[in-house]
Amino acid sequence: MIPILGADPLFRDGIDGTVVLIVIVKTIIVFTVLLVAVMFYVWFMRKVIADMQNRIGPQRAGPFGVLQTLADGIKLFFKEQSSPECADPPVFRLAPYLAIIPAFMAFAIVPIGGLVPVAGRQTYLQLADPGVGVLWLLMMSGIGLYGVMLAGWASGSKYPLLGSVRASAQLLSYEAALGLAVVGVLVHSGSLSTRTIVDQQAWTGIGSIVSQWYWLPAIGAFVIFCISAIAETNHPPFDLVEAEQELVGGFHTEYTGIRFAIFFLAEFMNVITMSAIAVTLFLGGPAGPALGFLAADSWVNVWVMPVFWFTVKLLVLLYATVWIRATLPRLRYDQLMALGWKYLIELAFLWAMISGVVVVGAREGWNRWVTVPAAVAGAGIVLAVLWACLPRRGEPVEEIR
Amino acid sequence: MIPVLFFLAAAATLAGALGVVLARNPVHAALFLVQTLIGVAVLFLLQDAELVAAVQVIVYASAIVVLFLFVIMLLGVDRAESMEDRVPYQRPAAIALGVILLVELLVLAGHEWATGQPTASGVPLEGGGFGGNVERVARVLFTDFLWAFEITSVLLVIAVVGAVVLARRSGQRGAPIDAPEGADEGDAGAAEEARV
Repeated sequence: MIPILGADPLFRDGIDGTVVLIVIVKTIIVFTVLLVAVMFYVWFMRKVIADMQNRIGPQRAGPFGVLQTLADGIKLFFKEQSSPECADPPVFRLAPYLAIIPAFMAFAIVPIGGLVPVAGRQTYLQLADPGVGVLWLLMMSGIGLYGVMLAGWASGSKYPLLGSVRASAQLLSYEAALGLAVVGVLVHSGSLSTRTIVDQQAWTGIGSIVSQWYWLPAIGAFVIFCISAIAETNHPPFDLVEAEQELVGGFHTEYTGIRFAIFFLAEFMNVITMSAIAVTLFLGGPAGPALGFLAADSWVNVWVMPVFWFTVKLLVLLYATVWIRATLPRLRYDQLMALGWKYLIELAFLWAMISGVVVVGAREGWNRWVTVPAAVAGAGIVLAVLWACLPRRGEPVEEIR
Repeated sequence: MIPVLFFLAAAATLAGALGVVLARNPVHAALFLVQTLIGVAVLFLLQDAELVAAVQVIVYASAIVVLFLFVIMLLGVDRAESMEDRVPYQRPAAIALGVILLVELLVLAGHEWATGQPTASGVPLEGGGFGGNVERVARVLFTDFLWAFEITSVLLVIAVVGAVVLARRSGQRGAPIDAPEGADEGDAGAAEEARV
């Protein structure tokens, strides 16, 4: 059996035609749902920002303007595709797909619901549950970086090149912080598999919000994950990649028509995927109260409620991203790099150390009121030493000869 | 299914490797390198080595080649190279060495003393029971090979410190010391812009 398929009970009895069909249907559903979700998210974003800025926002296409994104997409589809004279044609054409395909594939590991019966089989509402689990996200965001980087280079034009060099530096920097933040959860879960992580955060009552879900025990990792996920998706306030007053349009300046639309799609899809991963890792994924007056195995409780709770949590996080977009001004480039390298990575390391001590302490039965303060104090000492070693602004530094 | 995937991945790997050598444009060569590395990752996957496959993609196919591309773009060497050799006899020497390497590989691959005992795919190794291969690698890395692991990490830290020292020494004129890492790239970008 191919290990990337993971521990889904669907594959337990071997692979036959039905299993292949179920996987294909799941793939198509995930693909479609993501596309529709992006369409909805763009509308949602424009509407919410419009509300926050006392405007009306899109309102013409469809009820409440909900079809505006579709209209924009159709318009972009029929527009002329131009390509600059200095462009490198094969790479120029390849770049949008290098951005969009990883964006789709990263979503595959997100558990949308629980175990459901389909055509006499049991399967998870999740496309894939590979043993490497969350690493899949890092793999895909690493590949997605090429889309941005090559788009800028292949355009053969200086603003896109500057934008893409910026972008790749930013994405590479924050990928480190993102990966280290994920460690904060993995230390608690002891498993990389998203399905296992979600199962550990199962709903046992209202108290499980604080006792089961990982946002509280891994609160530092949660904060670092959110910040670096926002940076990793080029979302404001970290959208220096397309800082229009400095770079015209960033890496996609020279792209028109559907190729531009693909970049656009990939960017918003990444926002949705990152939010979904945050829900999975920190907010229990599909965990939530079932409807008590129905039987536990009724189709509403098996199919609808987990998906409902997943969607609710996802919408809360997506609203937060829109809120941030509407509120915070863009960072300067050196601030962005300083935040990533000087603060987030160190804090993520320290948080991983604290989590390690706490988890081992809990397993060995040490007194929690001793281990937690001791771990925090130890991390504080390390931080103080680091802080003391950091060169101050304007301070003369001795030359190394 | 598995043999089909194997031949697809192997073909992609070899095509990528040829592309790395034959492409005239450094950026294209780097892209072919990505293709090769991802092909190798798929081959790892077919050997049930999913962690190695993941690390291959995260570290090699993304981080390292992105750094290659970064350097290529910043230095502005991204145009087609002329095929003239500056070093005489470079090409025949390369061919000879390549042939020797190929023969070595072919000879070694057929001998168990070089490749170790062949294991049947899917059969757990001795001392199993640690779950998936992520757990197993972690267990071995942090117990049996802890010393080697720590030594390697010290080696990497030394390399990083050395790189910083070298960069500091040559970059005295330009970069002020309080500038973060990003500012260096900003400066280089500005220089690039000025040159264009």
